[in-house]
Parts: sequence; C-alpha cells; structure tokens
Amino acid sequence: MVGKDCVAIASDLRLGTQALGISSNFQRVPVSHFSRVCPSLTICQVFPITDRLYVGLPGLGTDVTTLYERFRYRVNMYTIKEEREIHPETFTHMVSSTLYEHRFGPYFIEPVVAGLSKLPTGGLKPFIAAMDLIGCINFAKDFVVAGTASSKLYGVAEGLWEPDLEPEDLFETISQTLLNAVDRDAFSGWGAVVHVITKDRVISRTLKARMD
Amino acid sequence: MASADGGAYSYSLTVFSPSGKLVQIEHALAAVSQGTTSLGIKASNGIVIATEKKSSSILIDDSMIEKVAVVCPNIGIVYSGMGPDFRVLIARARKSAQAYWRVYGEYPPTKVLTQEIATVMQEATQSGGVRPFGVSLLVAGYDIHRGPCLYQVDPSGSFWAWKASAIGKNMVNAKTFLEKRYNDDISLEDAIHTALLTLKEGFEGQMTEKTIEIGVVTVPTVEELTAGKEGGGTGRPRPTFRKLTEEEVKDYLAL
Repeated sequence: MVGKDCVAIASDLRLGTQALGISSNFQRVPVSHFSRVCPSLTICQVFPITDRLYVGLPGLGTDVTTLYERFRYRVNMYTIKEEREIHPETFTHMVSSTLYEHRFGPYFIEPVVAGLSKLPTGGLKPFIAAMDLIGCINFAKDFVVAGTASSKLYGVAEGLWEPDLEPEDLFETISQTLLNAVDRDAFSGWGAVVHVITKDRVISRTLKARMD
Repeated sequence: MASADGGAYSYSLTVFSPSGKLVQIEHALAAVSQGTTSLGIKASNGIVIATEKKSSSILIDDSMIEKVAVVCPNIGIVYSGMGPDFRVLIARARKSAQAYWRVYGEYPPTKVLTQEIATVMQEATQSGGVRPFGVSLLVAGYDIHRGPCLYQVDPSGSFWAWKASAIGKNMVNAKTFLEKRYNDDISLEDAIHTALLTLKEGFEGQMTEKTIEIGVVTVPTVEELTAGKEGGGTGRPRPTFRKLTEEEVKDYLAL
C-alpha cells in the first residue's frame, strides 16, 4: 500500500496445504522437504532486498524458497556488476522476466514488490507493483494484493485505503485490511507481519490473529 | 617458420612470445592506427564523438557509410580500424543492449555495455580459430547513475574512461592537441568545435558534411528525466545520444 512518502507491505504467516495448517511461523529452510510430500503448500513470505525495497512471495512453498534464492543471487550479481543498489522498478522488471522465462511451466508465485524509488530530483517516491505467476506487472498507484485471499483483500482495501496516509495510519490501514480479509479466507491467517518503509527506517511488526 | 618481426609467435594467438607479448594483438593495434582518426570529448553538459569518413573512390555513395553507430537510445559508438569488424561488434552491442532491456526494463549504463563489448573483444584474443578485432572503439553514453561517460575499448579487450581521447591515424598528434585544448568546464558546443579543429589537424582533403560524422550525448534536464520515468505514453525513454544530420554538421563547419 502506498502512503505519504512511505509504503507498506504485509503478509499472513500461515503455511498449509488446503485445509491442513502446518506452520504459523513459516521458515524458509525446512519447507523444502515438506513440499516433496505435498506439492501444494501455500505460503507468503516477505523478504528485504535492499534497505528500501521488499518483496512478498505468496504461493507454493518450494517456489518461495527457490525464487527467493534466485533473486538474492541475481540482485547480488547486479549490485556487484553495476556498483550500486537495485531500484524498485528495475527489480520488478527483473522479477517479471525471471517469471516469464518459465512461461509454460511457471513458478506458482504472485510476487508483490514495495519500496521507495529515487527520483531524478533526489527525492523518494513510493513504489508498489504486483505480478501474476508469469510476470505480467501491475504498477498501481494505491494498493496491490495477491494470494489465496486476494479477492477479499481487494474488497477491504478498496473500503479502507485513502491517499497520503502517514506511516502510522498506513500501518493501521494495511493491518486492518489484511486481518479482516484473511478472516474471510480459510487458507490464510494464523498471524501476520507488516513492514512500513519510510525514508529513514523500516517499521516491522508482527500481528496476532485468529488461530482458527 | 613465420618470419617478419614476430617470428613463430606472430601466428598462434594463444602463445605468448618470450618477451611476454601477444604479438597478434599488437598487430591488431597496428591495424587500428592505420584506420581513420576518431575522437571523443567529454563536456560539462554532454559528449561529442566524431570521425573522418574517407572513401577510396569518388564513385562510392558515401551517404551509405556509417561510422558513428547508435547502439541504444543512450549510447553511441565510433571506431577506427576495420569496418567489417566494427559491424560485428555493433550487432553484438545492440543485441546485448536489448537483452539488458528485456530483463531490467531499461537500457544498460555506459559502463555495463562497454564491459560487454570489451568481453567480446577479449574472447577473440583467447579463443581458437579466431583473430582479434581490428578496431578500437570510443563508446559515449549517458545514464542516470554515472552521468555522461566516454570509454575507449582496444582490441585486447582493455577499456578506460576518458575525458577526451583519439584513436586511429594521427592519434598521438590528436591527443596532444586535445591535451592543450581540454578543460573540465568546456561546453558541448565548444567541444564540438574542438573536435572539428582536432580532426582538421590531420585531415587529408576537404572537410565537409559528407566527410565528417558526429554523434552527441546530451545530458537531460531533471524535468526530462522525471517525465521519462513516468513513461510518457510509449514508455520509451527520450534518446540522449543522437547523430548530427549533414545539415547540422555543415552549420558547425561553417562557424
């Protein structure tokens, strides 16, 4: 979600396969062996890319891990080669092209990117984008959603979001949006994490939620 | 045994001579220094690259000769040395720029593209069955991170950033001339005139809009950059590198 000189990105913490919940604090590492038993574990994890750029990867647990490692590799190579940090726009295109490379056997991930991008004037501008699983980018001015609860998220976000929210108000808006949307979705919930990215710092908080 | 000067070492590319030289690369540099003079000057608000366009016969249609080439909207290249080798490198450079665009949604910074070209040229000094490229290049470009940059790439694959440089025939004289003329706050207009004056030093025949080719990098204003970032309809960035038309070259020559 875009705020005034800030952006927020949030995700629930449930790892599960259909109705069976497995973890409410999804860690990347142990998942790889779970998924061999069950190839349809779904999860969303939010990762920092740079100080002012986060990516959320909702979808199949294995692909979350694989893709995150790929992006980490590619961003590191980019940083070394270009001798600078990657911009949110550039990173989004990189994610998109990585996904489209697998057009006919895609990773089951619909990434969400949130960050602050540098303007030619030297200022910072909030940036958000979301993609489908083959990398079609949606650059939005207000909010983007993805995952099993996306249809519910749209409804709540359209009701709650308003332009130019300050960081604390944005935090409240995105938290309420997420918590109320996941309560209407059986496959999400079990706690949530919120990051609000401002020009000086990132405010990260974990939220308690219904555990049913 | 091969004779001439390099002896047996002058043929196989991958063999160092006892003195530590790769003789074929030196021969490639010799080919470059026989080529027409090209030069580049970095100004405070842009870069100019220029070259002499010489045809061996008056019957050749020189409007079809292109020595200053656009690689992508922000980068252009000029060469001295062998034309056909340049064509190959330009094709590679353009492909590389488009591949970068496909991944990152923007054109490569000058340094990254220069590195790619330099890698292609280096590979020709270490692979079997090929010879080094018989060209030196001047790569001029603009990117938002480093601003305007001017690079020279040699057949060995080494590259440097310059404030002003010359390659090809008369490069030594031209460089001395540039050293005398150059200062850090020269404007683009002045740089174009300096470029023409430098070319004039070693020019054979008449300097006209038909025998000179010029390319310029202009540094965009903050407003232009902001507009470019928002996409502006087509999503294509406004070019920062362009070739001067014959009319424009004529105007500069008249001054």
